[in-house]
Amino acid sequence: MVTPGSDQGNTTPAPAIAETGRPATRIVLEVKDLGVSYGEHVALSGVNLTVRENEIFGIIGPANSGKTSFLKSLNRMNMFNRSMRVTGEVLFAGRDVRRWRNVYALRRRIGVVFPLPVGLPLSIYDNVALAPKLAGVRKRQELDAIVERCLRRAALWDEVKDRLHSLGSLLSGGQQQRLTIARSLSQDPDLLLLDEFSIAVDPVTTMRIEDVLKELRNEMTIILVTNLVQQARRLAERTAFFLSGRCIEVGDTEALFAGDVQDQRTHDYITGRFG
Amino acid sequence: MSRRHAPPRAERKPDRRDLGWYVDKAVEVAVFVGGVSAIVFVVGIFVFITREGLGFVTGPFDFRQFFLSPRWRPTSEWNPTYGILALFAGTASVTGLAMLVAVPFSICAAVFIGELTAGRTREVLKVLVEFLAAIPSVVWGFIGLSIINPLIINVFDVAVGLNVLNSGVILGLMAAPIMTSIAEDAFRAVPETYREAAEAMGATRWQVTYKVVIPAAKNGLLAAVLLGIGRAFGETMAVLMASGHSINLPTSVFDSVRALTATIAAELGETAVGSDHYRALFTIGIVLFLITFAINLTADLVIRGTRRKE
Amino acid sequence: MFSPTALNLRNRRRERWFRSLFLLTTVILVFPVVAILGTLIAKGGPILSLEFLFTEPREGMTAGGIFPALLGTVLLVTVSLLAAVPLGVAAAIYLSEYAAESRFTRVINLAIVNLAGVPSIIHALFGLGAFVLFLDLGTSILAAGLTLAIMNLPILIVATVESLQAVPKAFREACWTMGATRWQTIRMVVLPNSLTGILTGIILAVSRAAGETAPIMFTGAAFFIPVLPESVFDQTMALSLHLFVVTTQVPGVPEALPYGVALTLVGVVLAFNALAIGFRTHLRRRKKW
Repeated sequence: MVTPGSDQGNTTPAPAIAETGRPATRIVLEVKDLGVSYGEHVALSGVNLTVRENEIFGIIGPANSGKTSFLKSLNRMNMFNRSMRVTGEVLFAGRDVRRWRNVYALRRRIGVVFPLPVGLPLSIYDNVALAPKLAGVRKRQELDAIVERCLRRAALWDEVKDRLHSLGSLLSGGQQQRLTIARSLSQDPDLLLLDEFSIAVDPVTTMRIEDVLKELRNEMTIILVTNLVQQARRLAERTAFFLSGRCIEVGDTEALFAGDVQDQRTHDYITGRFG
Repeated sequence: MSRRHAPPRAERKPDRRDLGWYVDKAVEVAVFVGGVSAIVFVVGIFVFITREGLGFVTGPFDFRQFFLSPRWRPTSEWNPTYGILALFAGTASVTGLAMLVAVPFSICAAVFIGELTAGRTREVLKVLVEFLAAIPSVVWGFIGLSIINPLIINVFDVAVGLNVLNSGVILGLMAAPIMTSIAEDAFRAVPETYREAAEAMGATRWQVTYKVVIPAAKNGLLAAVLLGIGRAFGETMAVLMASGHSINLPTSVFDSVRALTATIAAELGETAVGSDHYRALFTIGIVLFLITFAINLTADLVIRGTRRKE
Repeated sequence: MFSPTALNLRNRRRERWFRSLFLLTTVILVFPVVAILGTLIAKGGPILSLEFLFTEPREGMTAGGIFPALLGTVLLVTVSLLAAVPLGVAAAIYLSEYAAESRFTRVINLAIVNLAGVPSIIHALFGLGAFVLFLDLGTSILAAGLTLAIMNLPILIVATVESLQAVPKAFREACWTMGATRWQTIRMVVLPNSLTGILTGIILAVSRAAGETAPIMFTGAAFFIPVLPESVFDQTMALSLHLFVVTTQVPGVPEALPYGVALTLVGVVLAFNALAIGFRTHLRRRKKW
């Protein structure tokens, strides 16, 4: 049973969103009948959902439920993987991402944080300054300001401020993950995709980053894929439950956790009966 | 509908192909040209040697004589004959002996370097093998002339030391490093789990190598031998200098012979461009090209075949 | 704890025996390197001097030095690198970064394998047919250098592809998600981290090109030229060909002379090889991620 996102958490199909009472919330991302397959293997099929501006949208589900494939299809990372096929529609800012003529411009709007940290083999400073440079920022002062702001937000500044010119790829795992977050913030994206970011980070840092995410909500839209059900509960306004390549349901996080579910499996997963 | 979709923030550039996009496309085209150049050159080599040799093939070329006559007398004034049988026999005998020398040695060396040793010994041996590969062909020829030649004369009590034995040993040494390194690659491609499984059953290192690693790597070893043959077959300067360079159907390793490659190298400089002799030499080139092409293609297929199976 | 069984002992003894046998064959295989170097140094060492390296041959090449040949080799190698490095690196970038897994890519790879296996004398024929005659460059440094370049192309491509592939894919993906184009990714992350590997390939190409004889014989290298080349359209002497000439073509050469030439040639070639090996070892030790 596929339940597209809707404001009341009811079963109204997607086109009915217009009639909801809440005003002025605009849609950043609309996904229609999305499917992803790798060769013969179908990773994801029939996904319909919408993500609103300035919300944190959680995606939960067990391993291999298609969460990561979902993220990859949003910024067209399939372009470099011939075996990955994407069907359906992904409307970002009202346009199908496949109709962007400059896919690089599209990606600059979408920040991504992978589950495993990737510190580029550049200096810490250059890791964070890379995206602004790509976007055409040239002034040293401006870059300095961006680097400091992003590192502070990713809760890394205090640890690295004295060695900004040492290699980012030689930081510890947790530090690299925060560096990755700082880097994606440096893009100043409209949409930030986080894929199980807390895997490589200690609990204290996770909490700090979660606080940052709550603040960031005012500036951007965040899709948070997480294997921690409670993390979705703490952060996400709405949450989608993925299972075996399907989106089982989408609902207000609070409602889902209160037991107001369409599908028994969602309840079972949230309450820890499997996964 | 789109009214409700948030547009990209106002201050941002819209979806437009910018300089970066065009630069990327331009680079893609440029490096594509680089990639294609490899094909262009291989085809070009064939086209150009065929172009120069074609006049011979369509003219005085006699299939039977060319391949079956041992008489290579291109400069004979009244009756030039162009038979490459003896030259082919020269190349084949030298290559054959080279393989007899190189195959056992290089595979043993690959086993030792790859399976039976580690650390510093391994590094030193690898460097030495690499140095062996680096010695230029003309230097090998010089060594054949000035070191191995008197050695053969003294040891075997023969009149001339420039013969199949001399050039065969040299070509063996020249082909061995390639074969060693490809064979070692083949060993390395055998999954460690195979070895662990055999060792867990109590097999010694040697038994593991003999019963597990070598059978698992046999396609790679075959490819190594093929590429070694290709190398020895196409070698020019060393055979020119160490084989004695006289036209012979060899009956023993102490006979002097002349190789296909060496014939081209020795005679091309003295022919007039466009003459029958000149074109006949290019025709030998066509034959050499086709043979080495076939050897390399086979070796590549053998290697790919193993990779696909994994 | 365990008492060694008879079988165990026999196995161990056999193991030791096989190990020694294989060590022996390996040593026999690499012994010639040491022997050759030793002989060349013993017989050619005494004649080697700055004067030998930097003066011209005299008395029909039976005396004097090898300067024109040394200079010629440097020129030929330089020309070949100028042509082959950009092309080879481009081809490698295409194969490693842009090419999809397709039949066409497979054909390119096959072509590279075959180009590497073409006998050097065939390259000479091609150089003569294509550069000297068809492009009308004449027998010249340019024609010979280009012929060497084509010989070196596969070495450069293979070495460069290898070092590009050594850069983890995750770095590329991280760059792409930030909106970097493929070229920006290559320029900022991939190339800087594979430069040492590419340089190693280039050094190996130098070593190979310096030693080649057959490809330059009919395309631009001459037995003897009384004057130094003035442009790339002139012919030149070359170290490798000079060794061939003084050993086989000139009567009355004193014994030490060809040893001196051979020692110089091997010295140059092995020095570059050693440099490449040093680079590679350094590369393996240095950790950047």
